[in-house]
Amino acid sequence: MGIDLPLIWAVIIIFGVMMYVVMDGFDLGIGMLFPFVKGERDRDVMMNTVAPVWDGNETWLVLGGAGLFGAFPMAYAVVLEALYLPLILMLIGLIFRGVAFEFRFKAKADKRHVWDKAFIGGSLVATFFQGVALGAFLEGFKVVDRHFAGGTLDWLTPFSLFCGLGLIVAYTLLGCTWLIMKTEGDLQLKMHDLARPLALVLLAVIGIVSLWTPIAYPQIADRWFSMPNLFWFMPVPLLVLVTFYGLLKAVARNAHYTPFLLTLVLIFLGYSGLGISLWPNIIPPSISIWDAAAPPQSQGFMLVGTLFILPFILMYTFWSYYVFRGKVTHEDGYH
Amino acid sequence: MFGIEALELARMQFAFTVSFHILFPAITIGLASYLAVLEGLWLRTHNQVYRDLYHFWSKIFAVNFGMGVVSGLVMAYQFGTNWSRFSDFAGAITGPLLTYEVLTAFFLEAGFLGVMLFGWNRVGRGLHFFSTVMVALGTLVSTFWILASNSWMQTPQGHEIIDGRVVPVDWFAVVFNPSFPYRLMHMATAAFVSTAFFVGASAAWHLLRGRDNPAVRKMLSMAMWMALVVAPIQAVIGDFHGLNTLKHQPVKIAAIEGHWENVPGEPTPLILFGIPDMKAETTRFKVEIPALGSLILTHSLDKQVPAMKEFPPEDRPNSTIVFWSFRIMVGLGFLMIFVGLWSLWLRKRGTLYTSRPFLYLALWMGPSGLIALLAGWFTTEIGRQPWVVYGLMRTADGVSNHSYAQLGFTLVAFVVVYFALFGTGLGYMMRLVRKGPQTGEGDEHNPGGPGTQRTPARPLSAADDGHEAESASLSKGN
Repeated sequence: MGIDLPLIWAVIIIFGVMMYVVMDGFDLGIGMLFPFVKGERDRDVMMNTVAPVWDGNETWLVLGGAGLFGAFPMAYAVVLEALYLPLILMLIGLIFRGVAFEFRFKAKADKRHVWDKAFIGGSLVATFFQGVALGAFLEGFKVVDRHFAGGTLDWLTPFSLFCGLGLIVAYTLLGCTWLIMKTEGDLQLKMHDLARPLALVLLAVIGIVSLWTPIAYPQIADRWFSMPNLFWFMPVPLLVLVTFYGLLKAVARNAHYTPFLLTLVLIFLGYSGLGISLWPNIIPPSISIWDAAAPPQSQGFMLVGTLFILPFILMYTFWSYYVFRGKVTHEDGYH
Repeated sequence: MFGIEALELARMQFAFTVSFHILFPAITIGLASYLAVLEGLWLRTHNQVYRDLYHFWSKIFAVNFGMGVVSGLVMAYQFGTNWSRFSDFAGAITGPLLTYEVLTAFFLEAGFLGVMLFGWNRVGRGLHFFSTVMVALGTLVSTFWILASNSWMQTPQGHEIIDGRVVPVDWFAVVFNPSFPYRLMHMATAAFVSTAFFVGASAAWHLLRGRDNPAVRKMLSMAMWMALVVAPIQAVIGDFHGLNTLKHQPVKIAAIEGHWENVPGEPTPLILFGIPDMKAETTRFKVEIPALGSLILTHSLDKQVPAMKEFPPEDRPNSTIVFWSFRIMVGLGFLMIFVGLWSLWLRKRGTLYTSRPFLYLALWMGPSGLIALLAGWFTTEIGRQPWVVYGLMRTADGVSNHSYAQLGFTLVAFVVVYFALFGTGLGYMMRLVRKGPQTGEGDEHNPGGPGTQRTPARPLSAADDGHEAESASLSKGN
């Protein structure tokens, strides 16, 4: 048996999506926190805390799309067709957010509020529909003869809408704790006050999804609750609870870095939970990464370039964050 | 509804988003090479003018690059959302090629673009020049991959069909498919020509407003040398590309020429103008020159050119559109050659920078390259119909199964959003152009790079901020 190319590609794409969620999550959260902060100068600071790094998301999102196309064309075709509307709306939201981000810095003072609104709206729309798409993905797709065979609005379910709202909470908490880490003074205080209620709502969201999915999908219940799986996967929910406890403690004692790091851990655990529920399916509920894989000639050909270039992108990303460590203040201009 | 079907709506949506997108990369490709030439000349001659122009155009380049990245985001998903059957069928070949295209672009962002945009005062001259050259090369490598994918869809080879899907068997044959070299040359040259006319129009605008300085003159001069030399070369490449199409997609040529049937024993005429009628299978109101069609396409006076009626109706592309889109491209091409020749004549008489009629023409020709480029793409893509992968899969079989209402809604959303956002972006680029090249630009400290507020992956941040600052300098300038 040679190299399991579909497995390698699944790992690359899962890693890419994870990078995207981690790196774009707090950017989108900051957009959604804008309405809570009125001061122009504070808003400037909020944007400046992500200006050097927010672009990371674009890289991973485009790479994820193209990588899925090449490595798992069938999954790319089925999932993107099934999630047509939520994905297009998500993309439009992301475009708005991205362009608003740039033009806000370049706009005249009297026009700036327009780009503020575009930034808020774009972040909200992008996050909500990303969550909806995620929820619909978990619910699975009807596939006949390699093609999506469901209806136009199959994605529109109470569960997917709930996931949309849930992701808004998750990203807002990420943005909130990011700002606690990167800012000081009044802005930080305000975020500090928001963190606890947001964390509690997120706990509720994770709880509801964890109950909803096994009840509604026997397959997922089977994955988690059969022996010996229960034994192996039990640490995940336990770790979630421990992390929440630590997060609330850290907020209470006014820590600067810990809340953000623990929120990342939460996101990672939630992501792992989804992975456990779905693995090895790339088109839930029943088509695996091996069923949907492109021929080895394609996956191998792509792998050469990807393995060459990924380290450069990762090094660059790491370096960006490293240089940019520390607090951002009112004095740090855009220049 | 309105006689348009869901398939047409899906095609219109893809045409709209990809047409908008292509404008930015086209200028990116051209400006990147222009910047490399400017920097090379500055290093060789130490003439301040080249340096000022470099900094002036690098800001416009940055904004344009940013627009290209944002509009490209949608393209990475449109194949799956709108053409899912095609994606499943051909993804094993077009997917990896697309991946290589985006990998190249991100590789640039992570490295050389940063040094190019923010490193002027921070790295040695040689390294900076090297970075600019690498960015220019990188844009061409990106073009290479995406055109390999498109050309494979036009003239597929190097694959097998297994279980109803494409499987690559020879990547070299896939990439270097028969139409690829011609298409790559034609597109890269089109990008250069488009950029030359864009740069030339910017210079003409300033000269017409009396803002005459050595940098503006140099801009016009360089742009017109490009027009003089490259526009005719493009015509020759186009001719070769046409012959290649004749060999591999004869019905496309017949549609382009509005040529329905051959008279036995007579060479094919060239129809200059007319209105091809797909239903009546004829070209109405035609003005034709005898035998010229044979002369141009077969380089002989007796061989005939294939005619539309030799192909079954269901295999014919829409001649009404490609007949005209082709003539718009060729007409603009001839106009560009004329501008180049006129500039040479004026240059000899020493009035290149002062002849108002010429400057007005150069100004109006500003978007001509981009219009010709779009017209050319419309010709080749609509001419490929009714196939999405030529001879292998029909467009109608490649489309996703979306409702009319759904496609209509997203199309309207795209149109509104694109015009609003990219309109603003273009407006911003134009403001930078209006500001004109400044002496000593780039002397100021320009911090940027990983970890700072300005980063190469946010190319827009390389351009000046604040409209107030600009309008102030504008009023000073005028």
